[in-house]
Amino acid sequence: MTLDAKIPSGPIEQAWDKARFDMKLVNPANKRKHSLIVVGSGLAGASAAASLGELGYQVKCFCFQDSPRRAHSIAAQGGINAAKNYPNDGESIYRLFYDTVKGGDFRAREGNIYRLAQISVDIIDQCVAQGVPFAREYGGALTNRSFGGAQVSRTFYARGQTGQQLLLGAYQALERQVHAGTVTMVPRTEMLDLIVIDGKARGIVTRNLVTGTLAVHLADAVILASGGYGNVYYLSTNAKGSNVTATWRAYKRGALFANPCFTQIHPTCIPVSGDYQSKLTLMSESLRNDGRIWVPLKKGDQRPPNEIPESERDYYLERRYPSFGNLVPRDVASRNAKAVCDEGRGVGKTGLGVYLDFSDAINRLGEKTIRERYGNLFDMYQRITDENPYKVPMRIYPAIHYTMGGLWVDYHLQSTIPGLFVLGEANFSDHGANRLGASALMQGLSDGYFVIPYTIGNYLATNKFPKVDKSHTEVQSAVSAVKQKTDKLLSIKGKRTVDSFHRELGKLVWDYCGMARTAEGLELAIGKIRSLREEFWQNVTVPGSGDDLNQSLEKAGRVADFFELAELMCIDARERNESCGGHFREEYQTPEGEAQRDDDNYSYVAAWGYNGPDRPPQLTKEPLEFHYVHPSQRSYK
Amino acid sequence: MSTTVSAAALGPQRNRVVTFWQSTNGKKVVMAITGAMMFLFVVGHLLGNLQVFEGPEKINAYGHFLHSIGELLWIVRLTLILAIVLHITATIQLALRNKRARPIGYSRKQAINSSYASRTMYWSGPIVLAFIIFHLLQFTAGYIHPESRFIEGDVYHNLVSGFQVWWVSAWYIFAITLLGFHLRHGLWSMFQSVGFAHTRHTPTLKSAALLIAVVIVLGYISIPISILLGIVK
Amino acid sequence: MKLTLKIWRQRTNRDKGAFVSYTVDDVDPEMSMLECLDVLNESLIERGDEPVAFEHDCREGICGSCGFMINGVAHGPERATTVCQLTMRHFKDGEELVIEPWRARAFFPIKDLIVDRRALDHIIQAGGYISVSTGQAPDGNAILVGKDIADQAMDAAACIGCGACVAACPNASAALFTGAKIAHLSVLPQGKPERDRRALGMVAQMNAEEFGNCTSIGECTGVCPKEIPLEVIATMNRDYLRASWTRREDQNETILPFTEWSTGSKLQSDPTSRD
Ligand SMILES: Cc1cc2nc3c(=O)[nH]c(=O)nc-3n(C[C@H](O)[C@H](O)[C@H](O)COP(=O)(O)OP(=O)(O)OC[C@H]3O[C@@H](n4cnc5c(N)ncnc54)[C@H](O)[C@@H]3O)c2cc1C
Ligand code: HEM
Ligand code: HEM
Ligand code: SF4
Ligand code: F3S
Ligand code: FES
Repeated sequence: MTLDAKIPSGPIEQAWDKARFDMKLVNPANKRKHSLIVVGSGLAGASAAASLGELGYQVKCFCFQDSPRRAHSIAAQGGINAAKNYPNDGESIYRLFYDTVKGGDFRAREGNIYRLAQISVDIIDQCVAQGVPFAREYGGALTNRSFGGAQVSRTFYARGQTGQQLLLGAYQALERQVHAGTVTMVPRTEMLDLIVIDGKARGIVTRNLVTGTLAVHLADAVILASGGYGNVYYLSTNAKGSNVTATWRAYKRGALFANPCFTQIHPTCIPVSGDYQSKLTLMSESLRNDGRIWVPLKKGDQRPPNEIPESERDYYLERRYPSFGNLVPRDVASRNAKAVCDEGRGVGKTGLGVYLDFSDAINRLGEKTIRERYGNLFDMYQRITDENPYKVPMRIYPAIHYTMGGLWVDYHLQSTIPGLFVLGEANFSDHGANRLGASALMQGLSDGYFVIPYTIGNYLATNKFPKVDKSHTEVQSAVSAVKQKTDKLLSIKGKRTVDSFHRELGKLVWDYCGMARTAEGLELAIGKIRSLREEFWQNVTVPGSGDDLNQSLEKAGRVADFFELAELMCIDARERNESCGGHFREEYQTPEGEAQRDDDNYSYVAAWGYNGPDRPPQLTKEPLEFHYVHPSQRSYK
Repeated sequence: MSTTVSAAALGPQRNRVVTFWQSTNGKKVVMAITGAMMFLFVVGHLLGNLQVFEGPEKINAYGHFLHSIGELLWIVRLTLILAIVLHITATIQLALRNKRARPIGYSRKQAINSSYASRTMYWSGPIVLAFIIFHLLQFTAGYIHPESRFIEGDVYHNLVSGFQVWWVSAWYIFAITLLGFHLRHGLWSMFQSVGFAHTRHTPTLKSAALLIAVVIVLGYISIPISILLGIVK
Repeated sequence: MKLTLKIWRQRTNRDKGAFVSYTVDDVDPEMSMLECLDVLNESLIERGDEPVAFEHDCREGICGSCGFMINGVAHGPERATTVCQLTMRHFKDGEELVIEPWRARAFFPIKDLIVDRRALDHIIQAGGYISVSTGQAPDGNAILVGKDIADQAMDAAACIGCGACVAACPNASAALFTGAKIAHLSVLPQGKPERDRRALGMVAQMNAEEFGNCTSIGECTGVCPKEIPLEVIATMNRDYLRASWTRREDQNETILPFTEWSTGSKLQSDPTSRD
């Protein structure tokens, strides 16, 4: 199999224009004759459903929460990038493009990223028009900040709630279409399988989470915008319900899964406090602008931080990276925190934490300024930990935050199954091996508002859609497969809870396929994951029945898919014998301990195809070519 | 899922006055306006009544004056009756709606951010109504006038002889205190209902409402108290 | 520490509910209220019982999924805090916590602590947006918005749609929720052209759902995790008042509040009946 990314030829600046011109259009009168399914109501899903509804298609949008407004995108704090150059500080489409290619450690497509940078500008306009209350200057103009160590201020934000405000904008646009009758919203419903007929995606099988009813929804095309799979680690900054189920079922129906091992660790999260911990809370990256990170010089130093004199502190980032200091990229900051904790110098009850100290900043700028900048974050920290960060340094530790991998899509966001489009964090497209801060929101909205409305039109205009019936064998077999799986989970009646399996799985993946990986560890992990999965299918207990609301059953189905995904992640990580971005293989590092890429052998997208339960997955490579930004080693010294 | 009802399905376009009255927000505006009218009466009435401290001539003359203006008095009376009817109709309709809105109550409920007065509007209002009826029967119609004779036109006599009965005074004091509670919340709430509010003004409005309510209560109850204590006789 | 949790259990909306008391022995003061329920649920499942169903997702106080009454207070004793962010250190060893779902006719019970809040979505559908389709927007800086106006809009826009305001309001009124969206959009210049229409539509829908009316009691803002101020209700009333008397033509559509749940009948029993 060869993968055709369908990037238009010619100069990159004109590629998107050219592609749009070449695309076939659907006659306005025919639009309402086409039905579309959108799975997910996050930034990607809601923006897509709303925009497609506005165009006149008949759209059905699904989410598992009780309201589309609760999709995980709501939790994004920091901001959204756009190449507006309002601050006049040297930003341009080209620079955003360049930074994103480089930030992704040269493992993403130039064509997609250039389009993303171009569209970023329109996103801000659209959101402002929807009433998103972005931060403003006194004069009334939009204000920007620099985020995640970027050299220019290109990040737009709405207090610490940017994701919330952007999502509410998209949600409101979606609800407007619901009122107009173009979109039917189906909340509290989970997609459990994809229906592929004659090689094309034609529908989904869902379970109503309140009544347990399985239903079939048929359409001319299916759009997945179901988010990322960070919850494979159990503890992550993702919402509890985030899952891989929708994309995983598509994978098992023939869509390729690309770069599953590319996951991102965020350096500043509140550390784990006990075994009951259910998720991790992110503290915005912006804190590193003023906070200084340190650990005690001595191992096992139990003194409270204020009693440790300057001379016995190790500001390890400042020491190792004199020019970037505390502002090194996420992956570097995370790995270093892990390293000092592994040395036994970690702080807090569990020894898994480092200090983020604001006392210098408070002395320099005054408490008032710090309160203005980070007040709500400090409050949140205090609410959770009961410690006052104005007085005592914060404790932070890295946590899984984002997954760059996902279903493989071409320039049109179409997967390897015709008629199956994948948007947002669910696809693999734009961030390579590492995502820059404030770029995920941008990508989700770009996909949903400005890419899919064109590319899906082309698909609909160039294909025929014979009517399919619910009695079709493919439909029936998908329904019965789902039913069998649900019945199976309910009938095992073993001894261990779903969560206990999930925790154990998460720990395995974190230990062997987390911040640092080795071929040996991955090998070991694959074996352990398999045997744990076997135990799961024999010893899990799912109380209750399948015909009413059953949260254990929902979780069990998701964890079952995580087991399979975890294995694929390890296989992918083992296959990639290099370090790049968030994928750090200990065997491949520079003498200074930095990631060592191998462009000669690994400059490709690893797209995995399902081969049945007993056969290893099939690897297909999509080679990456760089015509504009030439691969170089990152350096933050 | 939900069903959208189009304008056409709702039948012919309804009159906006009807629509306004049918919405809870519209009713609240009506309550605010009628409440304000009744409040003005309460203030005026208080000023009139306080003349009792200036002796029989003054207040009896005032009574005569009111009766002498004839038609005007009836205009005021009718306006007040209309106000009270609207105020009460809205109250009943909204109260029924609110009761319906929570069919199963909480086994435990704690108030953390509201005044007692605000939570008891549906009690203080009707008690004030009962009071007004009693009051009209006593001083305007003269049907109820325990332990003494009602003399048409001799307001001073009627007041003094009426309030010398301890339980009449007690009932007045109780009902007027409740009127005070009603006003303490209502006088602020009516601004909210007509859409006048600002984080800056709210605390001022709330304290002003409290102050006015206290003054009104003290003003009114000074009359039965002075009579009971024999200061006015 | 050890706590007694007296929790409302109700299998489905067709069953009658009742309180059941559980003791949780190893409550860590650092855990959140929801983590405490997780611990309880793990032990229930191990015993072969059904766990307590409660709604949650982000566990960061932003998605608005979670929420129930603790000892008669929506979202529990801490101000400006959702139950997912409420840590157990606010309770004393040996204390009994009475845990009940939101109760309102408009919030139909689904299971245990979970209720159906779609009425809030209906209110947004009836006008809680600015009607600008993708692609119609002018440049972001084409219309300047003063910082104070932007801040005011943001204060109101912070609502997470949790429904605690309805739950806490003695009248079960959704005025704070509705007011928050009206206030967010009506202060912004972008929202002005549609201000009247929005107020008429949203208020009509709010009234069509079976919420009570607001009598300015103020419990709502007291429990609101985002501390939405009461003034947003005044803004709603003002916009509605103005719109009622200045707009003649079109009657706004409302969505019937009727939901399948409210009849108690079972939803879509045939697996393939809905598409
Ligand atoms: C704490 C945190 C902070 C972040 N901050 C930032 C930031 O500041 N800037 C930035 O750019 N990015 C940030 N990110 C990343 C960003 O928020 C996400 O990548 C992005 O929101 C993903 O959007 P999405 O639309 O792809 O998916 P999601 O928002 O995750 O939506 C997924 C949707 O799919 C639905 N769904 C999932 N599975 C199913 C199923 N099986 N059946 C039916 N429906 C299903 C869900 O109901 C949901 O509606 C942050 C992420 C986290 C965790
Ligand atoms: C002298 C008589 C009265 C005065 C001055 C008065 C005044 C007011 C005012 C100013 C309000 C606030 C309205 C608003 O928030 O918009 C109010 C509310 C209310 N009144 Fe009265 N009122 C009087 C009598 C009554 C009576 C007789 C009843 C009941 C039978 C009553 C029942 C209520 C109730 C229940 C409310 C609260 C309703 C709400 O705020 O929505 N009132 N009143
Ligand atoms: C101590 C307190 C009060 C005293 C001494 C008092 C006295 C009187 C008297 C003497 C009259 C008869 C006037 C006349 O017919 O010539 C009267 C009428 C009336 N009072 Fe009061 N009153 C008191 C409190 C109140 C209160 C609190 C209310 C309302 C809430 C009220 C409402 C009325 C009304 C509606 C009338 C009828 C007016 C009319 O005939 O048009 N009074 N009052
Ligand atoms: S106004 Fe407050 S309490 Fe009400 S839904 Fe919004 S956030 Fe929740
Ligand atoms: S508590 Fe209820 S009465 Fe109004 S002010 Fe809040 S909605
Ligand atoms: S779980 Fe999202 S707000 Fe509590």
